[in-house]
Amino acid sequence: MSTSKQLLTSVQVARFVAQGFLRLDGVVPQEINERAIEALTEGLPDVAYGTPLGGAFAPDTFVHELLDLPVVAGAVESLVGPEPTVDHHAVHVREPHEGQAQPLHGDAIIDVRPDAFDIQLMYYPHEVTAEMGGTLSVPGSHLRRINETDVGRVQNLRGQTRLTCPAGTVVLVHHGIWHGGRRNDTAHRRFMYKIRLNPTVPQVRLWDVSDLHDPAVTAELNTYFPWYEWATGRLEIYNRVLLWRALTGDDSFDVEYWATRVSNRPTLRSHA
Amino acid sequence: MRQQVLVLYLATSALDSDVVGWSRYDGTGRTRPTTGDSDEPPYPTGLAALQDGWRLFQASQLLPPQPGHEYDVSFLKHEFFFEKVEDGSRP
Repeated sequence: MSTSKQLLTSVQVARFVAQGFLRLDGVVPQEINERAIEALTEGLPDVAYGTPLGGAFAPDTFVHELLDLPVVAGAVESLVGPEPTVDHHAVHVREPHEGQAQPLHGDAIIDVRPDAFDIQLMYYPHEVTAEMGGTLSVPGSHLRRINETDVGRVQNLRGQTRLTCPAGTVVLVHHGIWHGGRRNDTAHRRFMYKIRLNPTVPQVRLWDVSDLHDPAVTAELNTYFPWYEWATGRLEIYNRVLLWRALTGDDSFDVEYWATRVSNRPTLRSHA
Repeated sequence: MRQQVLVLYLATSALDSDVVGWSRYDGTGRTRPTTGDSDEPPYPTGLAALQDGWRLFQASQLLPPQPGHEYDVSFLKHEFFFEKVEDGSRP
């Protein structure tokens, strides 16, 4: 298996900062998908919290091969850097005709780190149709400060994503994204493999930064989503600016003038 | 008496502003709304729900941000609860 990584571009990372996820459709070869379904059906052994990813999975496992794919390895390294550790992994199954969806939630507990984030890799080894209960996720929800299922009262939001995808699709999500397994209305089990990765290095300029000053970067960070309240949508942009500053080390970056305006505090010395 | 509950999340604190989120809970048992079951809201605005006979029984308060947390984002702010009450027994 090739170990050459395909790092993300600045525009792709900016899109991740704005949307809270990065989707890679059908990137996993069918041979790995078939082995994954067998392994997920049997169940997976636990991995101890904090295990270095490099040694967590034997080379002949589907997880190792999945994470070794250049497109996956490059995306992971671009977001959490080299040598991340495994937080945990799990098999998620939506049973046939189970009748109920998961409530909307963020995983783990409220996590408001301003300059670091974990990613969760969601892998779908088989095709997911609209009736199979593909994961519901809410673009641009990852910076909202809520604790787990406290947001479960909310069932639907404009612009939400009800995932349908071809076999072999990988979605990388920010730890804070609002999501939930939807109701499976088919007679077939729906599998998803999820692994959470923690960074071990500062998450600063880990991707291919050759396009860092592309206007498309700012355009991505200035994206409003249909479910945003008018006023709070502006705060979303403000918070993205702060995260982008942390990820690039550029404390002067702004979108329009949101962060600059409210930090302008002239002193007498400024007129000296 | 059975209560149907409609929760609308609006774009501003005005009841006639656009719906950005919605939830349904059906005390009659005839339907089973759940998370992620529709991409289009049942009404374009809160006012449209009133015009269709839904009774507003709770609106979120307008609360100033806590000092030091003015730029934080969290739950949707503009939450409106509506009900319809039906006579008759559960099917």
